[in-house]
Formats: sequence, structure tokens, C-alpha cells
Amino acid sequence: MEMEKFSYDNRIVRNFAIATMVWGVVGMLVGLLIAFQIYLPVLNFGLPYTTFSRLRPLHTNAVIFAFVGNAMFMGIYYSLQRITKARMFSDLLSKIHFWGWQSIILSAALTLPLGITTSKEYAELEWPIDILIALVWVVFAINMFGTIAKRREKHMYVAIWFYVATVVTVAVLHIVNSIEIPVNLFKSYSMYAGVQDALVQWWYGHNAVAFFLTTPFLGLMYYYLPKAAGRPVYSYKLSIIHFWSLIFIYIWAGPHHLLYTALPDWAQSLGTVFSIMLIAPSWGGMINGLLTLRGAWDKVREDPILKFMVVAVTAYGMATFEGPMLSLKNVNAIAHYTDWIVAHVHVGALGWNGFLTFGILYWLIPRIYKTNLYSKKLANIHFWIGTLGIVFYAVPMYWSGITQSLMWKQFTPEGILQYPNFLETVTNLIPLYAIRSVGGTMYFVGVIIGVYNLVKTIKAGSLLAEEPAEAPARMLNTAEPGETKHRWLERKPLQFALAATVLVLIGGLIEIIPTFLVKSNVPTISSVKPYTPLELQGRDLYIREGCNNCHSQMIRPFRSETERYGEYSKAGEYVYDHPFLWGSKRTGPDLHREGMKYPNIWHYLHMQDPQQISPGSLMPAYAWLLEDELDMSTTEDKINALRSIGVPYPAGYEKIANEELMKQALEIAADLQKNGAPVTPEKEIVALIAYLQRLGTDIKGNKTADMKEVK
Amino acid sequence: MYKQVLQSISGIEIYPEIALIIFFAFFLGVIVWSFTRSKKYISTMENIPLDDSSSEKSSNLNAGGVK
Repeated sequence: MEMEKFSYDNRIVRNFAIATMVWGVVGMLVGLLIAFQIYLPVLNFGLPYTTFSRLRPLHTNAVIFAFVGNAMFMGIYYSLQRITKARMFSDLLSKIHFWGWQSIILSAALTLPLGITTSKEYAELEWPIDILIALVWVVFAINMFGTIAKRREKHMYVAIWFYVATVVTVAVLHIVNSIEIPVNLFKSYSMYAGVQDALVQWWYGHNAVAFFLTTPFLGLMYYYLPKAAGRPVYSYKLSIIHFWSLIFIYIWAGPHHLLYTALPDWAQSLGTVFSIMLIAPSWGGMINGLLTLRGAWDKVREDPILKFMVVAVTAYGMATFEGPMLSLKNVNAIAHYTDWIVAHVHVGALGWNGFLTFGILYWLIPRIYKTNLYSKKLANIHFWIGTLGIVFYAVPMYWSGITQSLMWKQFTPEGILQYPNFLETVTNLIPLYAIRSVGGTMYFVGVIIGVYNLVKTIKAGSLLAEEPAEAPARMLNTAEPGETKHRWLERKPLQFALAATVLVLIGGLIEIIPTFLVKSNVPTISSVKPYTPLELQGRDLYIREGCNNCHSQMIRPFRSETERYGEYSKAGEYVYDHPFLWGSKRTGPDLHREGMKYPNIWHYLHMQDPQQISPGSLMPAYAWLLEDELDMSTTEDKINALRSIGVPYPAGYEKIANEELMKQALEIAADLQKNGAPVTPEKEIVALIAYLQRLGTDIKGNKTADMKEVK
Repeated sequence: MYKQVLQSISGIEIYPEIALIIFFAFFLGVIVWSFTRSKKYISTMENIPLDDSSSEKSSNLNAGGVK
């Protein structure tokens, strides 16, 4: 058999590794800052760019797309070349992928603190960046499929399947969720409104966790864990079942519990059995990982790399058990909107993604630098301080989530809320927030030690940029006698990708078709009217400041919520909400019935200094809203953009929109001045107050003046 | 809220039913397929990551990468 000589590209792996470390430190540092800000409002520094509500999306984006994203690419570029026995398809595409991705991250790091955001969680970046993401992702896909196509290894190892599923599905998710209508370079409105927008967003959100944070890392686990342990995976059969059931089930598991009650009995029973079976693929994967170390547990005691991997896989098992539990309605009623969810995602992020990433870095860096790890002792310290950090992070957050939820729901024997003041349920959590920030600090210190250790390792070695390799040339794609359908598929990456895509799409379509039917099925409420120009501008300020990061706009039909906030939210109230602003966390109270609850001056003073109005409040001040003038130049384009996606502004209304805006602003400003606020109608605060006072008032029979056509 | 909205769509029940049947059948199919693979095939597959064809015989890089 003829041997072909070639080389593996280690430089691209090194580049992604460096980016992983740099962005990991940045993303976690921002996370640490907001963990302190949440109980020490003074740390918001009174600046728009350093305020919690703008930094929180920066933290989530940096950790997910910069840290985990670069780690994923690092791991894939190293392993894919070796399991295909081929160099990456194109060095140029590798480079474009790397620099393209870094420029996306950089533009996120600039735009998010500037308040340029769509407000949709983990999809906050504005439309020009969305397009860039799609293009870079296509480059990555071509590079991957090209490599698979010219591979020298006939079979496709299971890790490749996970990589392919990742590439295909993330593309579908990103594109469907990012359909938006631009107003200008920095502003767009989601094509979907209200309930439909929420469904699409959480179809994306759920599956992004599945296909950005889970499947690529499972692929990495199936490569690096056997490598680090020096033995094959425990059960290859199990890994096949793991893969197919996971991609097939995950894609529809997001909102499936939303549909269940519309099911006939037989299907519900089967569905319950099936739901429990869902834990099987996840746990199958975890068990497969852990049992790979069977008979090698003595190595785990010695080797920090294996320790990191064991904790990562265990965290994966815990998070994937907790996930299905959280989707049970009675558990969700308690956990939703609370810190429980924060704990849940951090077990995944710090444990699964974080620890697997560092396990891989400790394994990979010495190899591509042809040296030994600088210090095993430091790696062990990193491991222990990081593990303790996860515990000190997660436990207080579980505690806090359950405490707060129970306080929200607590009634006195007389039948009134025991804690009617929302603030009381928050101040009670401050010690827990403090412990969490200690846990986060410990984890971060561990990361710094890890990065130091890796940098020292890099300095001691020299990069083996072109790693020579040789493998037999691949035999022609001829069918062998007696080969099965799947092996035929396996030899043909395009067919395989196509099959995987079709499977994912079947799941996706069955799930998404009802979503697109939703629009015409939301019962309309005749008193619900489009926002006035001033309210619309105010709403966009609400989005710019990221208010939705701490305040929900979705009152659930529980007595504890209707008592506290008022009438529960109706689907028909959101038909003009592009995007929806339901939020996912209540660090502050729900705002859906905030309109007309307090006088204008209350909001004015509250934005200026929340602690002055609500002593002990954890909300940052938004004093710049009192100083800055509203940008009215965008009003016309905004009305036009919204009309083009179905908001019924009368013809020609955009021409008089600013006139109408000023009329309403004058009224609010006059009321504020009467109460002693030195304000002019052009200030941003006036628009924000107009929006807040409108919230949830339409169904109260509150008269909104009809908008007339302008000829 | 989702539930009420989705329930009002006529014929909605068919989607989760179709989904359940397809997924369940597929799941069984995968199990049957994977348990009928030959030993030789499985052993080839599971050893792929352990042979990376690198010409670098880096003896100092023992499994685990640390000494």
C-alpha cells in the first residue's frame, strides 16, 4: 500500500487556543464584575457602558461565542485533521474563519456596551454582525466538509458526526432567528412579533445550547477523552445511539412540553415514556465517557487532565438530568425567572464547557509545542480551586432561586401576599449573591493560574506548526461486497451531511410549523393599538439599556402573580411587540402592568437614583437618560420599517410622527415640571416614561387616540 | 400562554403525534442497527482516534501530556 506524506496544520489550532484563553479571561472577568454589581450597585460606576444591563449580554456572548466558540474550533481543527488523516481543506479558509470570528467577537465587545442590541438572548448582535456570522460559518462549513471529502481514513469516527450536526444546525438556527428588518446600520426590528417572536427565540435559545454548547463538545469528548486515557471509548455502539437520539430529540425537545396538553391520551403516555427516555442519550454519553476510564482510575488520581475531564462529564450528566426536570410544569413554575436557572446554566458552562476546554488545552498545548506541561502542580491547583468555585457558585444560586420563588408565592393565612414588596424578596438574597461572587472569583483565579501555566509551557517549547504525518492513500470509493447502507453513507460526507440535515429539519419543521401558524391564531384584542412614536422611541431605549435583562413582561396566570402585578398577560397584548420583551429573569419585578401604576415623577426620580425612591434597591441609576436628548431623526424610518412588517400605522403617518411625538412629550414634560423636575420634552427620560406608562394598559380600556391617515 | 395559543390552531395535535411516531421508530431503528454491527467494524471504529498517523514519535508526550 502506498503511503502518502503530508502535514497537519497546528498553527491554526494554536491561534484558536490563544483566542480561547484571551477571550475566556475577558468573558469571565466581565461575568465577575456583574456578579459584584448585582449586589453592589455602586460598581455600575454611573456610566452607560459599564452598567449591569449592558454588560450582562456582553458576558453571555463573550463566554458562549468567544470562549466556548474558540475552544470548539481549536478542538475541531486539531481532531478533525487526525481522525480524517488529512490536512484542513484550505489554509486560507482556516485563516478567514479565524480572523472573521475574532472580528465578530470584537464588534460584539464594542456594540453591546454601546447599547446596540436586538435584546433577543444570545442573539443580541445587530444585523450587520448577524450577516458576518452567517458568512464566517459558511467558510467553516466549507473547510470542514472539504476536509472530510479528501480524507484518507475511510470511516467517519463518531466525533465527526457531532461536528457535522453542529455546523448544519447552528446555521439553520442562526438564520431563522435573525430574520429582521433594518432601520439603519445599528438598529433593526425582529420580523416576528410577540408570542411568535418568543417561540422562535426560544426554539433558537434551546437549540443553541444543544448545538453550540453540547454537540461540538460531545464530539470533542469522544476524541480527547480516549486520547487522554490512552484507550478506546467504552462502547462505540452506545456512542452511535447517543449521537442519533441526541440530535433527533434535542431539536424538538425545546417547546415539546408546550404542546403536550393538546395531545390525546395514548400519545401523552407514550410521550411521558419518551421524555424519560430522553435522559438516556445524555446519560448514555456521560456513562460512555466515564466508563472509558474503567480500569484507569489510578490514572485519574495522577493526571489533572483526566480530572478536568471527569468533572466536565459529570457536570454534563447533572445539567442534562436537571434540564428535563426543569421542563416539568410544576418544577418550572418554581424555577422560572429565578437564580435556579442561573445555577443550572453555570453548572453547564463552568463545569462541562469550561473544564473540558481546560482539559483539552492542558493536553494539546504541550503536544503542539513539543514540550511538557510547565507545572502539573499548578494544574492540580487550578482543578481544585475551579471545582470549589463551581460549588460555591452553584449552591447559593440554587438556594437563592428557591428562596425567592417561595417568597413570591407565600400567602398569609388571611390570603394576602406575605411579601407584597418585591424588594424584600431581593434584599434577602444579598448574602447569597456575595457567596456566589466568591465562587466566581475562585473559578476565575483558577483560570488565571491555568493561563499562566499554559503560557509558561508555550514559552518553554516551540510550535510544531507543520506536523509531518503519513497515511495510506484512500482507496477509491467502490462498494465492498456486503457493505451496509450506513457504511455507504459514511464514505460519502455530502450524502451523510444531507441525511443529517434532513433529519434535523424534520424535527425542526414539525416544531416550527405550528409556530408560523401562531400568528393568525393569536386572538386579537381590539383595544390593543400600536405604540405612539414617543412610546416606540421609549421602547427602543428600554432595549438599548437592556432593561429586559432584569425585568420580565410576562405575568403568569398564578394567583401569586395576579395579586402582585395585576391581570395575567394575554397573547393578544403583544401583537405589535417587535421584538418581544418577556425577559427570562426577575432580578427586579415584572413590568407588564407597570403602566399608570406610579406618577411620571416617580419614574423620573427612580431613574435618577433608584435607592432614593426604594431604599435598598439593587437597580443601577440611569441618570444619563435625564441629560441626553432623544434622537428623533430615526422616527420616520422606524415607523416605515414597522409598517412593512405588519404594524398598522396609517399611510403617511411617518410624516407627522415627530409632530405627534413632540405633542405627547410636551404633556409628560409639563407634568414632570409641575412636580418639580427640571426637564425639557426632548430628553430621553420623557420617551422612556411614555413607554413605561403605556405598558399593559391597553386592555384596561385606556383610550389611546386613534392614528389618522395623512394625505 | 403558548399552550392556549397553540391549542386554538386547528389540526395542531397531528404535529406532536407525527413527531412522536417518527422519533420513536427512529430511536428503535438506531438501537437495532447499532446492535447488529460486527465486532470487527466496532473495533476498527473505536481505534480511529488512537492512531493519528503522526510521524512525530514523541515519546515524551505520554498519555495525559504531563509527567
